[in-house]
Amino acid sequence: MNARAQRWLAPRRAQALARFVLWSLMAVAIGILILILAFVLGRGLRHVTWTFLTAMPLDSGRAGGVLPIVVGTLEVTALGVAAATPLGVGTAIYLVEYTREGRLTRIIRFGAECLAGVPSIIFGLFGFVLFVLTLGLGWSILAAGLTLAFMTLPTLIRTSEEALRAVPARYLDVSLSLGATKWQSIRKVLLPAAFPGILTGLILGIGRAIGETAAVIFTAGSSLPHRIPRSLSEGTRTLSVHFYQLAREGISADNAYATAAVLVLAISLINLGAYVTLNRFMRRYR
Amino acid sequence: MRLPDKVVERALLLLALSSVAVLASIAFFIVREGAPLIYRVGLSNFFSTDWHPTAGRFGILFMLVGSLAVTVGALALGVPLGISCAIVLGEMAPPRARRILKPAIEILAGIPSVVYGFMGIVVVLPWIREHLGGPGASGLAAAVILGIMILPTIIAISLDALEAVPMSYRDGSLAMGATEWQTVRRVVLPAARSGIVAAVILGTGRAVGETMAVVMVAGNAVQLPHSPLDPLRTLTANLALEMGYATGDHRAALFATGIVLFLIVLSLNGAAGLARRRRRPRPRPRRTASVAGVPASERIPPSPVSDP
Amino acid sequence: MAVAVALQLVAVGCGRAARRGLTLAGSTSLQPFAEKWADAYQARHPGLPIYVQGGGSTAGVEAALSGAAEIGMASRLLVPVESARLMAIPVARDGIAVVVNPTNPVRDLRLDQVRAIYAGQIRNWRFVGGRNASIAVITREEGSGTRSAFEAMVTDPLRIAASALVQDSTGAVRQMVASDPAAIGYVSFGLVDASVKALSLRGVEPNELNIDAGTYPLVRPFLFVVTPARLKGVPRDFIDWIVGPEGRELTRREGLLPPRA
Repeated sequence: MNARAQRWLAPRRAQALARFVLWSLMAVAIGILILILAFVLGRGLRHVTWTFLTAMPLDSGRAGGVLPIVVGTLEVTALGVAAATPLGVGTAIYLVEYTREGRLTRIIRFGAECLAGVPSIIFGLFGFVLFVLTLGLGWSILAAGLTLAFMTLPTLIRTSEEALRAVPARYLDVSLSLGATKWQSIRKVLLPAAFPGILTGLILGIGRAIGETAAVIFTAGSSLPHRIPRSLSEGTRTLSVHFYQLAREGISADNAYATAAVLVLAISLINLGAYVTLNRFMRRYR
Repeated sequence: MRLPDKVVERALLLLALSSVAVLASIAFFIVREGAPLIYRVGLSNFFSTDWHPTAGRFGILFMLVGSLAVTVGALALGVPLGISCAIVLGEMAPPRARRILKPAIEILAGIPSVVYGFMGIVVVLPWIREHLGGPGASGLAAAVILGIMILPTIIAISLDALEAVPMSYRDGSLAMGATEWQTVRRVVLPAARSGIVAAVILGTGRAVGETMAVVMVAGNAVQLPHSPLDPLRTLTANLALEMGYATGDHRAALFATGIVLFLIVLSLNGAAGLARRRRRPRPRPRRTASVAGVPASERIPPSPVSDP
Repeated sequence: MAVAVALQLVAVGCGRAARRGLTLAGSTSLQPFAEKWADAYQARHPGLPIYVQGGGSTAGVEAALSGAAEIGMASRLLVPVESARLMAIPVARDGIAVVVNPTNPVRDLRLDQVRAIYAGQIRNWRFVGGRNASIAVITREEGSGTRSAFEAMVTDPLRIAASALVQDSTGAVRQMVASDPAAIGYVSFGLVDASVKALSLRGVEPNELNIDAGTYPLVRPFLFVVTPARLKGVPRDFIDWIVGPEGRELTRREGLLPPRA
């Protein structure tokens, strides 16, 4: 009995079995991805027409297109990433160049890690209280953008830090030895060298911001825009929120799938772009 | 522009403290909005089972249970699947397969939670209703969707941990005649344990905090679920469902729910941090951490700055 | 960059009071109709943006009080504390329809049966003349105007059972009922479509005639709430247009009833 069990679990067999099981599970994960993509793109892409992308929504989104929603999404996202970039890159520069590992860096890192773990609904509550109510911005592109800035901050800090660390130390040493000040060296040598890596963080942040719903719905509102937003104090609906409303309220299956297709396609391309940029960048210094 | 280094340093320090400041102000605002209510109605009301906020009953216990239940379910699905994928990616897949599989996981990570929720509505709910019974919207549906949603987190962080295990460990094991699987199981996984634990903890945090997808598939009934097919409500769903609608004490109660959620997530992050700290510093730092602190002799000799 | 954003913050903070346009916030039952009204009104007044936010009746009342919105939308009556500070203007009347899946053979229920179903006392369709299937009860979330109207008119003094599924908008309830053969829900009459079947209550169908005549039991007012100080200018004109002939016509076309003249 024991011998048979042992033979059955002989290393070779265990090896084959493990390979089979693990690869099958990998296949399951990839299968899920393919299922989602096929489902969303398969049903949505054929409704994504030029008119859909360039027309105003009509009748609660039952008809018409998504132009102001796309514009609103881009504005919220751009504002979020633009506001987060100086904070994130500045943090990373400080961590990499201006301090030694110690209590302070531990606190800063812990702050960033915790921020990364804060659920988006909490960001939504926070943005709602601080920006919409306390600062009186109302449901607006500005309120949503700033909320998203805080959400994407940890991603930016992490990728920027990795990017800065990836640049060989000699780059900065050479610049310093030529008489440049530290800040000059950072600005003229380190940042340009690390730029592609930092860009990855920006791209990832954009991807995360576009896909966000819970934080945006409380800060930009869910009002369906009837024109292209003209100022940052206007409310908007982002693509994710629009999709959420269409899908959940059963307003229009076709337009829901089309919106989802635009959303998924955009984010997938963005994430692929980030992945490729990062790989190129890391390979350069390897 | 010549800025004195001291000024730059101070300015950068301020920026660097921003994430801590944001974290603190999030805590400040939700505590300011929610804590007075907990104090006023007492913990026995707040942690009771009766949620009827318009009648002054603010018990969130069943939602805590709900969050716990779907999280456990999600982990049961997501952890084995995620770690298996990480092992395949890190230890088994040939480079060419890796080049396709890794970006695929990145794409999975980017799919918005509303799309997952929607897939739940159109695929998972009807399947459960037809094959297992009940209304479909249930803890099980939420657990399945969440299990998939936490996959990328678990895969990415476990993979980091596996990649941090020095090659020499594997070489040593293989050289002694161990099979690949023996090496993974006896050498690599134990060496990467703390990172994998961190991956699981962070996956837990993601599952606890996910909102939109859960609202769409969990059914949101405030009750003690007796079976996986019963609808339930999580802490996050409570916020998303009732937040916009609430006022006065009801709204305060939702912020109080937010406090509980925030505390749970913070402690999970703290735990993950502890788990990961054990394996720091990284085995092979690419670059010395601080220019100022390291003697020149330890640095790589300078070479001309030629950036292609 | 950070400074620029901060400056803009201040600028927007100050400029908000002077912002042109009109914001409505509140009941999600009213939201789709308000969007229609806003569309038609905007067609007449180009360049005047109207924002229609959801959020629920209570949030609408609060928004009107705090000034976050000029007009709050409520699908329930105001409580005394609220009515002391706000004017409530009926802009429409709405029936609440009890809906089931179109495949459900049940066509008619008594109000006490609906109450027993929602209180969790009747749990199977066969007790009310349907198939042998346990009932999936769907309700709105706590704080919703539709829910509080439904509770006041149907379930009081009983409580809606804890096992009821909760959805946070009329559309979501309708969607769930449309996809589950054993579900029951309640939605605004104006939003009933072919995907669900509205039950008659003791033989009285929920239709315009019966709602107008007062024979259908579940009718509630749709209110716009405004602080007296803001009831002038654009908000006033918008409300007057809605309760005026053009607005009433549109209201009827969209499946609601205009307020009693």
